[in-house]
Amino acid sequence: MDQLLQTLKDGLSLGSLYALIALGYTMVYGILKFINFAHSDVVVLGAWLSLVIATQLERLVVGAAGGAAPWWLGLVVLVAAMAACGAIGFTIERLAYKPLRGAPRLNVLITAIGVSLFLQNLGQLPQMFGTSPRAFPRLIEDSSLVSIGNVNINVLDVVGVGTAVCLMFLLDWLIFHTKFGRAMRAVSYDTRTASLMGIPVNRVISLTFVMGAMLAAAGGFIWALKYANIKQTADTSWTLLGLKAFVAAVVGGIGNIRGAMLGGLAIGLLENFGSAYLSSSMTDVYVFALLILVLLVRPGGILGVAAVEKV
Amino acid sequence: MSTLSVQADALKPAAGSAAVKGLWPYVAAIGIALLVQMALKPVLGAYDAILMLNVGIAVILAVSLNIVNGFTGQFSIGHAGFLAVGGYVAGAITYYGSMLTWGNADARGGVLSGMPLSTEGLAFFTGAELMFFGAVIVGGLVAAGVGFLVGLPSLRLKGDYLAIVTLGFGEIVRVMIQNTQPVIKTAQAVREAPWYKLPVAVGQSLGFGDIPKYNSLFWVYLMVCVTLVVAFRLKTSTFGRAFLSIRENEVAAEAMGVNTTRYKVWAFVIAAFFAGVAGGLYSHTLGVSLSPVDAGFQRSFDVIIMVVLGGLGSVSGATLAAVIVTLLPEYLRGFIVPVGGLLVVCGAVMLAGSGGKLGYLKKSGRPLPRRTAGVAVVGGVLMFTGLVGPHVLPKSLGAEVNLGDFRMIIYALLLILMMIFRPQGLFGVHEVWERATWGWLTRRFKKGGAA
Repeated sequence: MDQLLQTLKDGLSLGSLYALIALGYTMVYGILKFINFAHSDVVVLGAWLSLVIATQLERLVVGAAGGAAPWWLGLVVLVAAMAACGAIGFTIERLAYKPLRGAPRLNVLITAIGVSLFLQNLGQLPQMFGTSPRAFPRLIEDSSLVSIGNVNINVLDVVGVGTAVCLMFLLDWLIFHTKFGRAMRAVSYDTRTASLMGIPVNRVISLTFVMGAMLAAAGGFIWALKYANIKQTADTSWTLLGLKAFVAAVVGGIGNIRGAMLGGLAIGLLENFGSAYLSSSMTDVYVFALLILVLLVRPGGILGVAAVEKV
Repeated sequence: MSTLSVQADALKPAAGSAAVKGLWPYVAAIGIALLVQMALKPVLGAYDAILMLNVGIAVILAVSLNIVNGFTGQFSIGHAGFLAVGGYVAGAITYYGSMLTWGNADARGGVLSGMPLSTEGLAFFTGAELMFFGAVIVGGLVAAGVGFLVGLPSLRLKGDYLAIVTLGFGEIVRVMIQNTQPVIKTAQAVREAPWYKLPVAVGQSLGFGDIPKYNSLFWVYLMVCVTLVVAFRLKTSTFGRAFLSIRENEVAAEAMGVNTTRYKVWAFVIAAFFAGVAGGLYSHTLGVSLSPVDAGFQRSFDVIIMVVLGGLGSVSGATLAAVIVTLLPEYLRGFIVPVGGLLVVCGAVMLAGSGGKLGYLKKSGRPLPRRTAGVAVVGGVLMFTGLVGPHVLPKSLGAEVNLGDFRMIIYALLLILMMIFRPQGLFGVHEVWERATWGWLTRRFKKGGAA
């Protein structure tokens, strides 16, 4: 029973993180129909930027006197990292993707791989973050809030899941209840017609990238809080994180916002239950096996609709 | 029998001449490989010989990936997975084969194998080399089988989905290798171990470094020649035309009766075979310790960069790009300034030529051509990093700037700029000698010869 509850908790906690990152993939795919390979690298940048900002701020606020960081420090770091990554997302879209609007999809995909490689290796320069892992400062004291049986639910679990859920509700409201959200859905449905209807397509695309990058930064921040040890930017674990988030987007139905959230949770649960009850060393294999299965049986994903190819 | 088939039979060459026509390139391949090993290697010296070995392996990888990505237009980014499969299979065969046969895993190569500088007293060809070559081929076949298994379900998917599945495949291979058993080190233990334990005892994440080092320029360039011949023949054969038709328009190809799934799987299998062969050769190279990282996407990306730079669909382009990309980091320091300068000059010449007398400067002149601007900017950046970088950057940033750190950044930028300014790669789908500049060059050469 304890193991079941523990696995469920871990699965939901990791799943909400995947969902947050998957949203960025799904939004870009919904509008531009390509996989933004560089998305996982924005997550990494989010984690590293939070680290840098948090270290500086902690020194500034707490100072030499020591003691615990005030509760609002985490929030400030999160907002600052999201703003910085939003700007980075905007720049990437303008410089790398915009010149390729209307180019074959393969070219855009290769460009995305290029951007991903660029960010990874830029971050590894000794002048940037270097190649050794660094510890994330303790912004929030991690203590047990509630315990059910032998399973503790900690402050960090609640903060991580809470942040992710809040951001997802915000995004859902933004997309389904505002004018901008309607414009975004219109562009995603049919770019040409949307532009004929007077929707500023380029601005909508830019804003989509900014939003995706901000969510990615939040994901990076939560990851940093959770694992406290941040690895070098080209580490394979980051790419795997991004890939799994992408798998989550595909499983939920790519291009579908709520599908991405669902897919993220599904992947998080699958991974934790698989490693708890089957074999812990094959975690990645389950995820990719699920991807191949979904693509074969229901290519549109759980909530998606199968695309019909028109000639 | 209809008249058409009678005519077709009459057009078929006789069995003898067909065999000669079909086989002479492979015989020539052996000749070229012998020449490289016997004549070129002593001239090159140890360091350059290893470099040339790496170039050859890169060429095999790039040309084979080009069959999937370039000819067939499918985007596979898990090529390193096949390399690892071939490498591990071939390595396990020679390592445990040698252990069982001779009691240790020392290389027993002759003149053709290994990279000894002095070949005195060595046999020309030994039985152990046959085992090595057989292992490499078996490694390729196993990789091809894996390619078939992966390709059959996933090639029903298109574009980006296929890319993700192949990437996932490479990762699965990597994780599986990490979950293997440690290498069995003594002949006694190898003899006592049950047969099914041997293929999985390939060294976990520590790597598999004990494989006997048979690889030499002869074997690599033999396989380079074979890969090139197969790739060229594919490109001009009926079979290969089906690949090209899928690249150009899959729906139209299907409408013309091409079984697209079948040909896509074939392209995948052929490419996987050569990647496996390259892996088998690589794992037997001096100083190489095969590890799970070799199945990872960093390595796949290296190959993709070569194919994209050279031109998706151009065999000679991919070959050229493989050579350049492998040699560039070695000579980056020396080359970066002259190459940058050359590009700036090219950009300036193109600018001058674009609108008569520097037409872009006049208000009425044509706008600055994007490609020209791109060439000039890339050249400028290269020159800056090469000339000014080492002197200025360390002072301001307080750290030593190592050009090696910038290698991948330069590749990444090159990839992005390439897609924006010249998405078809250096040579597009054409071979080097099919481009206009080639005729211009050869004419110059002939004139020079005549005068």
